[in-house]
Amino acid sequence: MDFDDTAEEAAFRAEARAWLDANAERLQSGERAPGLAEGRTSPDLIKRAQAWQAKKADAGWACITWPKPYGGRGATSIQNMIWNQEQNRYKTPSDIFGIGQGMLGPTIMVHGNDEQKQRYLRPMLRGEEIWCQLFSEPAAGSDLAGLRTSAVRDGDEWIINGQKIWTTGAQYCKWGMIVTRTDPNAEKHKGITYFIVDMQAPGIDIRPIKQINGASGFNEVFFTDVRVSDKNRVGAVNEGWRGAITTLMNERASIGGGAGGGPDFNDLVTLAKLSDCDGEPAFADPAVRQRLARFYIRLKGLQYTGYRTQTALSRGATPGPESSIGKLVGAPLRQEMAGFAIDLQGATGAMIDHDAAPQEGVWQQSYLGTPGLRLAGGTDEILRNIIAERVLGLPPDIRADKGLAFKDVPTGPKNT
Amino acid sequence: MNLDFSDDQKLLKQTAREYLSEHAPLSLCRAVLESNAAYSEALWKGIAALGWLGTAIPEEYGGAGFGRLELAVLAEEMGRCLAPIPFSSSAYLATEALVQFGSAAQKRTYLPKLATGEAIGCFAHAEKPGEPGAGSIATAFTKGKLTGNKLPVPDGDVAHFAIVTAKSGDDIALTIVDLTATGVERAAVRSIDPSRSLARVQFAGAPAQLLAGAPTGWTGVEQLLDRAAVLMAFEQLGSATRSFEITREFTLGRYAFGRPIASFQAVKHRLADLYVEIELARSNAYYAAWALSTNAPELRFAACGARASASDAFEVMSREMIQLHGGVGYTWEYDCHLFYRRAKYLAAILGSANHWREHLIERLDA
Ligand SMILES: Cc1cc2nc3c(=O)[nH]c(=O)nc-3n(C[C@H](O)[C@H](O)[C@H](O)COP(=O)(O)OP(=O)(O)OC[C@H]3O[C@@H](n4cnc5c(N)ncnc54)[C@H](O)[C@@H]3O)c2cc1C
Repeated sequence: MDFDDTAEEAAFRAEARAWLDANAERLQSGERAPGLAEGRTSPDLIKRAQAWQAKKADAGWACITWPKPYGGRGATSIQNMIWNQEQNRYKTPSDIFGIGQGMLGPTIMVHGNDEQKQRYLRPMLRGEEIWCQLFSEPAAGSDLAGLRTSAVRDGDEWIINGQKIWTTGAQYCKWGMIVTRTDPNAEKHKGITYFIVDMQAPGIDIRPIKQINGASGFNEVFFTDVRVSDKNRVGAVNEGWRGAITTLMNERASIGGGAGGGPDFNDLVTLAKLSDCDGEPAFADPAVRQRLARFYIRLKGLQYTGYRTQTALSRGATPGPESSIGKLVGAPLRQEMAGFAIDLQGATGAMIDHDAAPQEGVWQQSYLGTPGLRLAGGTDEILRNIIAERVLGLPPDIRADKGLAFKDVPTGPKNT
Repeated sequence: MNLDFSDDQKLLKQTAREYLSEHAPLSLCRAVLESNAAYSEALWKGIAALGWLGTAIPEEYGGAGFGRLELAVLAEEMGRCLAPIPFSSSAYLATEALVQFGSAAQKRTYLPKLATGEAIGCFAHAEKPGEPGAGSIATAFTKGKLTGNKLPVPDGDVAHFAIVTAKSGDDIALTIVDLTATGVERAAVRSIDPSRSLARVQFAGAPAQLLAGAPTGWTGVEQLLDRAAVLMAFEQLGSATRSFEITREFTLGRYAFGRPIASFQAVKHRLADLYVEIELARSNAYYAAWALSTNAPELRFAACGARASASDAFEVMSREMIQLHGGVGYTWEYDCHLFYRRAKYLAAILGSANHWREHLIERLDA
């Protein structure tokens, strides 16, 4: 057991740090990266993120875990972790490429054909073209395979009709990957086909949805007779579920800790020290100290669980459903920490104003943002199912739609 | 970075698991619990013969000269089988105290006997309800004599000698005392887990020595407790994991409403959550094992995290074990109560999870 970097890891860290020092500004202690507090994406932020991504790509620091032929450096997951640890110390623009680079790119590498790999991967890596994931529908969220958006073949093209929802980034993305129903007479997993769509294609209507934090990160996307070339089909007809699974596996791995930035334990301690309770800092209160210690131990438990996974991966294990622990623990933990932090502030906690609220209102932002973390990329309940069924080998839930053709699957009043 | 045991350590684990599944089935724990015996002498002799008691004792004192990671591996296996022996008292506390703080003469006197299992050591610390701190130790050491009462002392009824915390002048010191000497009176007290014993030990001018190499004051006590906490966390982890496995098996085999109860989400989700608790505790324990084995300064925090996490994980697991077994889980015949008792026993004897959490915050702030 060794907690420190090996010689190679230390050399890699030094190399990463040297490049970052030369190309970005270090965060001072207590300082936060820009953009995080607002949780919004402006055109300016997109431009800055793209410029930073291009700079990294030119120097070989973009998508470092991608294989070399696709422009990555074939880095190990430990190297990737080191890179992220280092990059987090700098004032870099927030990342809006994660869905493409972390989930969709790897899917194209596995299920796409040569032409698709040639055309799409490099601009994705460079951040020139941003991607979105068109999976969820109003009637198909956790039960993703219950999707209804249809694709009907018309010669060398397909015609798509239907509605997607909660599509992060649809308003600024160049490409989307969409799962569609191509055979309603087959069982629900067996009639699905996967495509790449141009988000500017005629017939696509994108309507931003306002989230509870006031931002509009996600959208509704309506498809009316949208034409997609068969060349943009990823994988075989009616076998799109296999590709979707690849995307979802990569989603779980890339969401990992589920922390998504935001205030951390040190911020919480600072807050407990500056919050006054009848002349004493809240930090002196044993009840507060107990809660703080619980948060710390959970955060550390998560972090070391990540290190154990990295150790296993570096010894040749393949990433498994265990990575569901990260988000299942991390997301509710962040939510609970935010609620607790606001409690510490007393009446002041009711303010979210940047200038008036303690610590620039980061905890209030986090309080309003974390409910989304518990939903996006698999809800807590779905993650528990995954752990129960795939890690612990417990029986699958009983499926009322088993063996039925998709068109005969019962639906509730809200699904029609 | 590498947060896992080595292949050799895993081999040791496997060997230990095989030996213990044959020689220490849960029925052995139950037999001790139901008898008047304080521990299983047969198992004690068996593991002594395998050299386990000398795991972390240097070779020059008759030990195997391995490190703390090997001891952690064994601790986890002891936990898995709810070993009804004074392993924690003797190996994590008394032996650690001597290896860390004993003079050469003290080591020569005690360590070879500890390594062969001929002597059992224990740690006498608590005196009254609450968490002992520097201010709450009344037992006094003056001019080579110890006076005061310790209650409860884990394994104090069977140990041959004790490491005793005592006031020495204005300081707190670690002392060592033979429990068979004159001036020592001891009696077993009933334990919440009768497979592990507790005693009342009274010192009336009993001859004792200071542990020569211990730092003065409370520091030495804290260092000893930190070290033991990590090893104890592994024992708790082993027990929690076994409890989880038994519970999982049970829910797969028990049918209700025409289905295994493990197919109901309320049960599946509970098991998923328990698994997560145990895995987080395991991760905290691994980090602490690294800190212990390398004497890293991080041990101060790591020990707290490992101990609090493991105490909580084992306690909640043992509670839910009974719940998920239903009525049979509340019977004497089923093994659930062995885990339930052991969880609280282990959590109590080295200080509660709350106590370790308070330590953690205090130390993070220092
Ligand atoms: C911030 C954010 C960003 C998102 N970005 C995207 C995106 O970019 N692209 C995209 O395609 N989607 C995206 N999503 C959608 C997300 O994947 C879904 O919201 C999520 O999968 C849940 O689906 P749902 O909203 O339909 O809820 P439902 O599936 O209707 O769930 C409602 C409740 O029922 C529970 N439930 C459902 N099924 C089960 C079950 N089998 N067992 C137990 N409980 C169950 C759920 O856990 C939940 O508590 C995003 C969501 C959020 C919040």
